[in-house]
Amino acid sequence: MSDTPDLATGNLEAPTTEAPPESAAQPSPTARQRREVHDAWVAGTEEPAWVREATDEGAQELLPEADDPAASSQRGIVVADDYVVEDDVDEEERQIINMGPQHPSTHGVLRLHLELEGEKIHRVKPIIGYLHTGMEKTAETLTYLQGGTNVTRMDYLSPFHNELVYSLAVEQLLGIDVPPRAEAIRILMTELNRIASHLVWIATQGMDVGAISMMLYGWRERELCLDFFEKVTGLRMNHNYVRPGGVAADLPDGWEDDVEVILTRIPAALAEYEEILNANPIFLDRTQGVGVITPEECRAFGVTGANARASGVDWDLRKAFPYSGIDRYDFDVPLGTHGDVYDRWLVRLEEIRQSLRIVSQVLATMPAGDYRTDDRKVTPPPRKRIDESMEALIHHFKLFTEGFKVPEGEVYQAVESPRGELGVYLVSNGGARPWRLHMRTPSFAHVQALPVMMTDSLVADIVATLASVDPVLGDVDR
Amino acid sequence: MAGRSEPPGFLLTTLDKGVNWARTRSMWGAVFGLACCAIEMMATGASHNDLGRFGMEVFRASPRQADLMIVAGRVSQKMAPVLRQVYDQMSEPKWVISMGACASTGGMFNNYALVQGVDQVVPVDMYVPGCPPGPQSLMHGILTLHDKIMAGDIDR
Amino acid sequence: MTDAPQTESPAADEQTAAADPPVDVALDGLAAAVPGARFERLAAPTGHAQDVLVVDRDGYPDLVAAVHEAGYDVFVDLCAVDYLSRDPRFEVVVVLLDHDAGRRVRIRTGVPGGDPSIASITRVFPGANFYEREAFDLFGIDFEGHPDLTRILLPDDWEGHPLRKDYPVGSVPVQFKEAHKVT
Repeated sequence: MSDTPDLATGNLEAPTTEAPPESAAQPSPTARQRREVHDAWVAGTEEPAWVREATDEGAQELLPEADDPAASSQRGIVVADDYVVEDDVDEEERQIINMGPQHPSTHGVLRLHLELEGEKIHRVKPIIGYLHTGMEKTAETLTYLQGGTNVTRMDYLSPFHNELVYSLAVEQLLGIDVPPRAEAIRILMTELNRIASHLVWIATQGMDVGAISMMLYGWRERELCLDFFEKVTGLRMNHNYVRPGGVAADLPDGWEDDVEVILTRIPAALAEYEEILNANPIFLDRTQGVGVITPEECRAFGVTGANARASGVDWDLRKAFPYSGIDRYDFDVPLGTHGDVYDRWLVRLEEIRQSLRIVSQVLATMPAGDYRTDDRKVTPPPRKRIDESMEALIHHFKLFTEGFKVPEGEVYQAVESPRGELGVYLVSNGGARPWRLHMRTPSFAHVQALPVMMTDSLVADIVATLASVDPVLGDVDR
Repeated sequence: MAGRSEPPGFLLTTLDKGVNWARTRSMWGAVFGLACCAIEMMATGASHNDLGRFGMEVFRASPRQADLMIVAGRVSQKMAPVLRQVYDQMSEPKWVISMGACASTGGMFNNYALVQGVDQVVPVDMYVPGCPPGPQSLMHGILTLHDKIMAGDIDR
Repeated sequence: MTDAPQTESPAADEQTAAADPPVDVALDGLAAAVPGARFERLAAPTGHAQDVLVVDRDGYPDLVAAVHEAGYDVFVDLCAVDYLSRDPRFEVVVVLLDHDAGRRVRIRTGVPGGDPSIASITRVFPGANFYEREAFDLFGIDFEGHPDLTRILLPDDWEGHPLRKDYPVGSVPVQFKEAHKVT
């Protein structure tokens, strides 16, 4: 490769006419064979001849199930032995049903391949990628300051968390601290965002098990948070408010009153939700014992956040690896015991209360001071200086066109998003744009764990289980 | 949208108006949420903004029962054939609103993964700008589409 | 079912914000036991210090299994990086967690560009399944022993691996069609 891009000069423009190396682009024969089997399964056509010869079972079975590690891990054999597998079911009884990608209850464009035995689910295969946006590629073309606009659109129900984790990673490579007020504002916004996100979850979970009124109630309360976000950031969603070095703007005058309103009205609403559903026999029947996942399976499949805590996994990144000064505030981590849909419901309700606790403490102790660092490397000069000084004007211009350079290095930073561990792996080569930005998104792992929860349950429970893990497809596919 | 060659008479004009009025007052949407815009679309349909005021609070899961497809969010290369299939299944008359920057132009994601504008896949009647467009923007887009239908012919 | 979820304060009181967990001696020993592996701790000025294990391709499955044995039983992340002009060209990065001790470790393994293949760790961590498929899809790295190594994010008939540095960002010119003026 003669005209290789030069890392030292930051010339990232790769030769586009040249095809990728032949040896690298082609998967090995084994990978290709596996793919043929997969394609045949998806398309429902006959499998390649070599499979028939190998298994000697005719055209019915594709991957021989006993030898298929994917099948055994889906059924939980690898990590826990809590499923009953009936071997005497007639093969003829099995049917394959496709659910999604356009389906009202898949929370976006998730597609599930269901293999059924009557009403019972034998195998599940989640098929994702219908919202693949190429954000990790786009991130490599944006400066660090522009990167916030990109990452905020990943998990569109918790934009502040995306921006926060990205900013924390950049700050860690730069080695800059943010002022206390900026940290407090970040905590305020992310915890309010957690409330808003859980409210959407309550709305959709309620609707998916038949309580349509929850849909209306959840959105009603969420608008309270969104109105506050709009007042602070100018946008209802996709804010690009948390930026490397601090936040984009100070809180508006009178923000305390708005937060007070949220703090009074949401607990009342929560009491209302509990009154409607917590002892509702229909709701209990549809959620208790449904979609169970064990703590061991949570660990093995990377399930984090409220889903893992509902199974009793005592793990919250806000406690274990505190960020942005969250350890200054008192809050508890709610835990469930059964790991079913109902426990997830209880845990998320309690998490809203704990987030309200944090918000009220931030409200009481909001420090004065600057809302962004005074490090001129990442912060533009004040507006006043730009009018007076040519250098300040040039500095401002260069900061927003070229961007700032970040020292060479790599970092993994994670925060507790409403869905779980939201991590970013950021690699810098010393230039003004990330060399690689990888987001470790919680929903991706949760969708992967769906077969564990769904296998050997009833078709009717799919929707309740799917809603309860709270997948956001923008988070899954990026 | 072929126009008539001759001006219609009084009776037909009135009939046109009546039919168009009926179409605009109960325009059922197909559920086609994709990304961020879908959240705002749901917010528009929910209690606070109440799309029911315009006779379209029902979003139909079956494309057969839907008149309007709101493409809410970015359309990936993988999703484009699905989108076209849903559109083809809708019965005439049908309309398409392209909601948000990503659906209209690809938005800020000018890369390998996205269809740069859903109008490359289905014909679009109305573009709603914003990223994402707020409920007011979407409602404005819907009402403008109503105006467009009222001004048009019934044999679109 | 209990009436309400139990609320507990986990062991976070022991860990104050600024204090990092002590250097993990076990990881150092593991690195010594596996040939070609080394351990380093990256100090982080504003965050938590990061434990990193660097290993070559041959020692990778052994090291992952050993680290799993050492208590890091939570699978968090697996991703690939394309360094293009560096040798080896690719790097596979695995992030693991230990819930009980509150530790995190990162394992980095170089993968040559001429032969982009590496052992799959799905038998140790079933959760690596989707992540390895993603790395295969976007980087073309072949994970040997993976049960179902197929494209996951892109359509099945896609050509190339878009997150490689020699793959263009790609763009389609935007044009407005069927845009009619409202009368």
